[in-house]
Amino acid sequence: MEYLIHIAVLVCLYGILGLSLNLVVGETGLISVAHAGFYGIGAYVTALLLVGLGMNFFLAMALGIIASGLVALLISGVISRLRGVYFLFGTIGLNIIAWSIFLNWQSVTRGPLGIPSIPRPGIWGLDLYQNLQFLFLAAASLAIVYFISVFIKKSSFGRVLNSIREDEEATQIFGYATSYYKLAIFTIGAMLAALAGALFATYITYIDPSSFTINESIFIFSTIVLGGLGSSRGAVLGPLLLVFLFEGFRFAGFPSEIAAQMRMLAYGFALVLLMLYRPKGIWGTFRI
Amino acid sequence: MPILSTQKLVKSFGGVHAVDHVDLAFHGGKITALVGPNGSGKTTFINTVTGILPMDGGEIHVGGVVMRRMNPADVAAYGITRTFQNARLIQQISVLDNILVVLTERNVWGALFERHTALHLEKAGNILKKVGLWEKRNENAENLSYGQRKLLEIARAVSMRANIYLFDEPFAGLFPETIEVISDILRTLRDKAASVVLVEHNMNLVRELADYCYVLDGGKVIAEGTPDYVLKQPQVIEAYLGK
Repeated sequence: MEYLIHIAVLVCLYGILGLSLNLVVGETGLISVAHAGFYGIGAYVTALLLVGLGMNFFLAMALGIIASGLVALLISGVISRLRGVYFLFGTIGLNIIAWSIFLNWQSVTRGPLGIPSIPRPGIWGLDLYQNLQFLFLAAASLAIVYFISVFIKKSSFGRVLNSIREDEEATQIFGYATSYYKLAIFTIGAMLAALAGALFATYITYIDPSSFTINESIFIFSTIVLGGLGSSRGAVLGPLLLVFLFEGFRFAGFPSEIAAQMRMLAYGFALVLLMLYRPKGIWGTFRI
Repeated sequence: MPILSTQKLVKSFGGVHAVDHVDLAFHGGKITALVGPNGSGKTTFINTVTGILPMDGGEIHVGGVVMRRMNPADVAAYGITRTFQNARLIQQISVLDNILVVLTERNVWGALFERHTALHLEKAGNILKKVGLWEKRNENAENLSYGQRKLLEIARAVSMRANIYLFDEPFAGLFPETIEVISDILRTLRDKAASVVLVEHNMNLVRELADYCYVLDGGKVIAEGTPDYVLKQPQVIEAYLGK
């Protein structure tokens, strides 16, 4: 039971990451693989404030979200001018920079040693030491992010994002300053990713740079491609399926020395088959 | 007084002047045709005026403002809208959303908290009914036929309620019934005092619709006047048929 709760928490965290990245990739067409960087900023800022200053969890989380948003705002001022593959390469650079800072700014982040003993959050004097209690927090956060995602999607803003996704130049002709829209959604996406980071740090109670590599960004990207780009439901379904696929391999009976490789092999095959036979993903509304 | 004009407008690609010091003027309540053989600079002129291509020299005068640089996102603010030679629709959203996107809030924060209203729907419905696409409103634009795509793009441009409409070959490859629908729209815009700029190869349509005509060749204006007048000019006949 404890293991299932653990998986459910992971699904919630990746669901938040999927929903937030879907706003950037699925709704706006900005192919970003920087998400683990913003996820990491949320995790590190929250962890440092909790461990170093003993700050209230929600305040620390809010500051983590704001920090991630500010970084995204500053950076997207530059990279929102880029299009297509140039934007993609810009975000690869971003994730590498963020990861390098987590790894090398040792006086703050402790580098590869990571930050241990991060306290679990407390709500109204109740500490969420039990995973089941934490699951409620994670699920509530997922529900809030899902609501935000649907709210954006159904707004006029969401329609403009879709228009930018398909033809940015034509969207400009309609009178839209598209760089502001891209800047806004990139920042919103980064802030929501930081929320997942804050939850991750306090759930695992230990973070190090290995959780925020470019591979993690690619995994998050894969979840939304599987679930279907441009779909909020898909952005939750994709993480659910991939987390279960990964965890399911623990019980496939492979020898422990090859189990991890087999898991990656299955993940790779799943992506290739998906692109061949269902490029829109399961519930996707948008084909790259 | 023209509501849109250019003075010595230049657009070059390497050493080639696609638009070569061109002075054109477009008046309200008129349909002005831009004609000329392929590669004469008609589409480049429209792309330059709307900021899709940066201008290399000259001026654009619109609404009393003189510009030496045009940003595509500012074009609508000057009351200009356009269609493209190959219809550029928002493919993977519905026909209705393709119209709604030009009817709603431009400001980022305003758009974030805005839902389209019954008024937006009514306006979108009216124009879609006019072009015969109301029944297709929930289909993705990518599923429309060629003619329907052209109609939707024109409907979207008309929904902008601009003062100046730049139509780049709106009739190309269309059936006579569709041509008639689009012709009616152009005449209606003219009657509402808008300036309609029509890039067109079909000279019968130019004669039928245009009040004034510019002929371009090699990026330069080689003739101007009423359609009947310019199409008889020897330099125009030579440009189309050769010496």
